[in-house]
Amino acid sequence: MNALSLRNLRKTYSNGFEALKGIDLDVEAGDFFALLGPNGAGKSTAIGIICSLVNASSGTVTVFGHDLRRERDKAKNCIGVVPQEINFNQFETVSSILLNQAGYYGVPRKLALQRSEKCLTQMELWDMRNTVSRRLSGGMKRRVMIARAMMHEPKLLILDEPTAGVDIEIRRSMWKLMREVNGQGTTIILTTHYLEEAESLCRNIAIIDQGRIVEHSDMKSLLARLNIDHFLLDLADPVAAAPVIEGVHIERASDRVLDVSVPKTFGLNQLFSRLSEQGIKVISLRNKSNRLEQLFLDLIDAKASGAAR
Amino acid sequence: MNSGIAFRTIAVKEIHRFFRIWPQTLLPPAITTALYFLIFGKLIGGRIGSVGGASYIDYIVPGIILMSVISHSYSNVVSSFYSTKFQRHIEELLVAPVPNWVILGGYVTGGIVRGLAVGGVVALISLIFAPVSVHHAGICLSIVLLTATLFSLAGFINAVFAESFDDISIIPNFILTPLSYLGGVFFSVDMLSGHWQTIAMGNPILYMVNAFRYGMIGATDIDVALAFGITGGFVILLTLFSLYLLHKGVGIKN
Repeated sequence: MNALSLRNLRKTYSNGFEALKGIDLDVEAGDFFALLGPNGAGKSTAIGIICSLVNASSGTVTVFGHDLRRERDKAKNCIGVVPQEINFNQFETVSSILLNQAGYYGVPRKLALQRSEKCLTQMELWDMRNTVSRRLSGGMKRRVMIARAMMHEPKLLILDEPTAGVDIEIRRSMWKLMREVNGQGTTIILTTHYLEEAESLCRNIAIIDQGRIVEHSDMKSLLARLNIDHFLLDLADPVAAAPVIEGVHIERASDRVLDVSVPKTFGLNQLFSRLSEQGIKVISLRNKSNRLEQLFLDLIDAKASGAAR
Repeated sequence: MNSGIAFRTIAVKEIHRFFRIWPQTLLPPAITTALYFLIFGKLIGGRIGSVGGASYIDYIVPGIILMSVISHSYSNVVSSFYSTKFQRHIEELLVAPVPNWVILGGYVTGGIVRGLAVGGVVALISLIFAPVSVHHAGICLSIVLLTATLFSLAGFINAVFAESFDDISIIPNFILTPLSYLGGVFFSVDMLSGHWQTIAMGNPILYMVNAFRYGMIGATDIDVALAFGITGGFVILLTLFSLYLLHKGVGIKN
């Protein structure tokens, strides 16, 4: 069963800007799905429509088989959302925010109290339950929003750039939380500008650009399409010039560092053998760029040049 | 979906909000109206004599109570709902399956309770200056409830259209306050001459103040049934308009 289906979804704002040009998208139940795209591509509009914050111009949204227009309550009950920006009342305590949220979904008080304890414990915020939310750190506020979104036990959780602006330690702990939530059976749709985040967490991916879906596939197949890997090689001894190896592009980044672009068909073993033949000893290897980032840029560039033509 | 729980959540949140900040919401009207009673009722009123068959202070007490109810039920909803929009926690309500009538009902209930709480505080203050009597409790209670509902709805509509904090102060300052002062709080419409009397009769607040005054001291310039008709009519009209705005997402959705 699909957790989410979008059909011919269109949105034209009152100023005439066409944010969505008829997108179709399916997300399977239980998936950890990445929805990526550059700024202004239409991601936030699509999420806004799914979450009833934006009125669609046309098209349908179906959540676990419930049409968002015809079966509004059932569809909305399936969705939990963690928005990009803090949108809770910062004068309320953490506990009040969660209990009010449960109340909006008609969860009885006693059950809401049990769930708030569970969600806050999971988000490591139980000790902060009586703290006024504006006194929390940025990372804690983000976790409050995740806990809030979990209060009605949604089957589909939409995370709109949940780790934007938080440090790497908090980001990693949030990745762990997201994996746990997904592991418990909740479908997650993630939008992020940190592409290594999407690559690390998500099984399927859609890329949206200029209001259209330009890519929709599973992460493995998408990454397999990238046929060149980029590495930085740290050398044991300094080199005066970049070595020449046919089929491989090598640049000298510094005395002891080479910037290498290797086709997958060439292979690292062969590369190291050829370097060794030239007396160059490699002591370590680093990924120069994120693989998904490279693909993402390629796809967006291809689309842009297509549009220019 | 249990709409009752959602309604109670919004209403309790709203009531708790203004009680939590009582020095801003309940104390100022107590001080302001105490000054009204002292200056207009005791000091100046003592020299005016009787109006509509009652002493001047008895005459102005109902109007001052209702004026407080009007301004505070309005300001409660307009400031709270606009803040909800401004801080974007309106999104919590829009994402959840909360019916529009529950959103409206929750905020309006907050406004009504604030209006009644302030009205109660002002009535208690008035006891210091004049013996408050109730001629017809049913009329008093029903007109004050209708008035609080009407101005809570008006505050809600103002908040829906407001795009800045300036927008939520324009109507209270430039429309509501003049209409309240010219709504027969401090004078009988009989004191006005010719066309001024006709103009005053076009002010809906005049009808509410007079109906409430009739409920308290038995004196009125207008037909009380007409006052109920006008107030009730406006309540229905503004309720339907508010629900239409929520349905269309005006001011809260793109």
